[in-house]
Amino acid sequence: MGTPPLSFGPFLFLALLEGTVMAAVLALTAVGLSLVFGVMRVVNVAHGEFFMLGAVLAWFVTYYLPLPPALGWIAALIIAPLLVAGIAALADVLVLKRLKYDPEATIVATIGLLYILQQAALTFYGPDARPVPAPFDLRLQFPWFGYSGYKLFVVVAAAALLGGVWALMTHTKAGLIMRATQVDTEVARAFGINTDRVYTATFALGAALAAVAAVLIVPIQQAHYLMGGDPLLLAFIVVIIGGLGSLRGTVVAALIIGLSDGVISMFFSPTLAKIIATLLVALVLVFRPQGLFGARA
Amino acid sequence: MAALIEASGLTRHFGGVRAVENVDFRLEHGEIHALIGPNGAGKTTFVSLLSGRIPVQSGRILLAGDDITALSAHARVRKGIAYTFQITSIYPRLSVFDNVALAAQSRGAPDLKDQVAAALGRVGLKDHAAQTAGTLSYGHQRLLELAMGLALRPRVLILDEPTQGLAAGEIEGFKSLVASLVPDTTVLLIEHNMDVVMDLATRITVLNFGQVLATGTPEEIRQNSHVQAAYLGGGDAEG
Amino acid sequence: MTDGAKSWALHLGLIVALFAAQFFLPQYHATNLARIMVLAVFAMGYNIAFGYTGLLSLGHALFFAAGMYGMGLPIWQLEWPALPALIMGLVAGGGVAAAVGVLALRTTGVSFMIVTLMFAQAGYLTILYFNTYSGGDEGFVVDRAGRMIGGMDLAADTPRYLAALGLFAVAMLGCLVLVRSPFGRVMVAMRENEERSRMLGYNPFAVKLTALVVSGIYAGAAGAAYGLLFGYVGASFAQIQYSILPLLYVLLGGAGTVIGPFLGAAAMFYLIDIASSYTSAYFFVVGAALVALVVFAPKGMLGTLRDRGLKWLP
Repeated sequence: MGTPPLSFGPFLFLALLEGTVMAAVLALTAVGLSLVFGVMRVVNVAHGEFFMLGAVLAWFVTYYLPLPPALGWIAALIIAPLLVAGIAALADVLVLKRLKYDPEATIVATIGLLYILQQAALTFYGPDARPVPAPFDLRLQFPWFGYSGYKLFVVVAAAALLGGVWALMTHTKAGLIMRATQVDTEVARAFGINTDRVYTATFALGAALAAVAAVLIVPIQQAHYLMGGDPLLLAFIVVIIGGLGSLRGTVVAALIIGLSDGVISMFFSPTLAKIIATLLVALVLVFRPQGLFGARA
Repeated sequence: MAALIEASGLTRHFGGVRAVENVDFRLEHGEIHALIGPNGAGKTTFVSLLSGRIPVQSGRILLAGDDITALSAHARVRKGIAYTFQITSIYPRLSVFDNVALAAQSRGAPDLKDQVAAALGRVGLKDHAAQTAGTLSYGHQRLLELAMGLALRPRVLILDEPTQGLAAGEIEGFKSLVASLVPDTTVLLIEHNMDVVMDLATRITVLNFGQVLATGTPEEIRQNSHVQAAYLGGGDAEG
Repeated sequence: MTDGAKSWALHLGLIVALFAAQFFLPQYHATNLARIMVLAVFAMGYNIAFGYTGLLSLGHALFFAAGMYGMGLPIWQLEWPALPALIMGLVAGGGVAAAVGVLALRTTGVSFMIVTLMFAQAGYLTILYFNTYSGGDEGFVVDRAGRMIGGMDLAADTPRYLAALGLFAVAMLGCLVLVRSPFGRVMVAMRENEERSRMLGYNPFAVKLTALVVSGIYAGAAGAAYGLLFGYVGASFAQIQYSILPLLYVLLGGAGTVIGPFLGAAAMFYLIDIASSYTSAYFFVVGAALVALVVFAPKGMLGTLRDRGLKWLP
């Protein structure tokens, strides 16, 4: 910022703006995780790596396609999530299905998947962090500081996408099938629903949402092969506090967590914010496992 | 004389379902007490309240005069209540010996091998000691569970539908085994097989819709018109 | 030979073989073996919780690090001698496991995994947060002078190997005694059918907590020994990798077997060693191994062997 330090009010406002951006991206990422758990009863520890792959693939697309930044970024927004969805579908068919979605076995397998994806990124993308150009450059001038217009666009875009997911779940046949499978897989199967395909599609959709969130955030935050860790932890917190499988709870929890994390990080230290966050997840699971909104998992 | 188990006012609801409603119950020393009633009458729930698997919502349970209402299930086992499951629950991947040994060592067994052999001998499974429990026939698995109950040397043995799925010959063997347990052990059994009930039971309690319909000797119960109407159906026995 | 005698022969034989190995192996491999033996102690501890009692924890790095820092901090900040510091590490491992267990054991299955993972992460971040006292991310070197026990300089090759072997032998024999004891049977019972065990008079919470604390003591001892023998204490040992590695060692070697963790540790150590000479992305091997094991061979080497015939293998 380089300008004279802000007084408390404006500093808080800045922290809240940063927190809102974070909450938006977090909500999108967490919804992906929540969907997978809700429909498949699977905890995907590799979810953060799908996020990371979204960012890394976005870099590859914008770097290698000779397009102006706006078009390059849009291309990335389409290509990266599709590729990530494909990888996720493959993982589901090759691994998760073979384990019959046993809860403990799938967690161990997704941990393995985490390392596979992460180290593959290290091999093909390298250990460096690289920026991706934002699709547009707009500076909004508040009385106390300038703020990136793109960041506000991220919030709007995330909100629109969340609305799209909600519409998908409540107003389309595909959404109905997913919700039916979530409520009772056995009964869904008895009604002729191909639950295997629903699972694969859900897993792919969850991964794609994480990838989209990453493509949104990558012009602000560089792409790095280890960038999946924090989003994973935060998405976990959101989903557990909001209640596993509850879409509304996820969004509300994302707002709370995103804002608090943003504020605590700016006023205190990011490490302290993370310590509080991790302990919060543990204590909620111990003392109030159903979170704030969800039914008992 | 004080009863071995004295339950008063036991109540347990599940949401809107009144599984057990204000039940008073006495189990006398050395008797074989049968608990009968239609499906859904609350028999297994009631017995789960006694054994501690499910906590009571109101009421009191005394075991030989001690209030055990607040005790956890495993503590009640240590005080002498043993329970065999309606759906056989053993350790299928462990050997028959290990299954019974776990029961015996729970009550302290300096002579573990002898106690296990004795328990297995009583149910007739001595030759199967090294076998993996999951490979036993269903009838033998039920006998194994009975052996585990016996190895606990309990004061009260609660049997939940023990003859379910047994062949006729196995049922006869079971009847003589249970008859041999009293008066050292007191037996409370849930049963649908009326022949077994009438032959074995010293007293019978009939449950219906979570409440006690009648208590008495087999003769009294057989002649009780309420019981006939609700359950025995005047001649066609269940099970 | 009875089953019991066969077990003892096998395990004592392994110790003798390891003792002899130091005279045949080139120093590089002997030092590796010392590392493997200490990591095997960690894995054996994990096995007591996971393989025998069925507690799939993802937070054992916390107990390992507790042992390491429980040993290292007194030496670094308070200038304690090595042996009391080692014991402090052991106690720290068990104590932290008790504290975590009291809370975490109120959950089961997936929740338990996540809760233990979270506590371990919080522990790691706390080490970073208090970096002035703990040495933070960089860690600290344990002074050579502080690494002497009874005149033995643990930084020198032979004493170090013998110390590692000594710890391994005690740990492994302790594990053997435990799993063949009545309590060992109860641990397995808890894993196989908790409800039935409860109705046989066993207190699930007490049994699981005991198993977790013993597991924590093993992990703490391993962490303390690792820091003492190799001279470095650092926050990296509290990271999630050190919760995943013991799980991997145990899965590979055979969960619920006494020697399995050692075999898994040795195999994985060398697999990673070889992989890291080809690429910096050697943890890929860890990921691939985990997936392959879980899908194709969840019983691991010795578990599969035991199923196929060696029934007496403890």
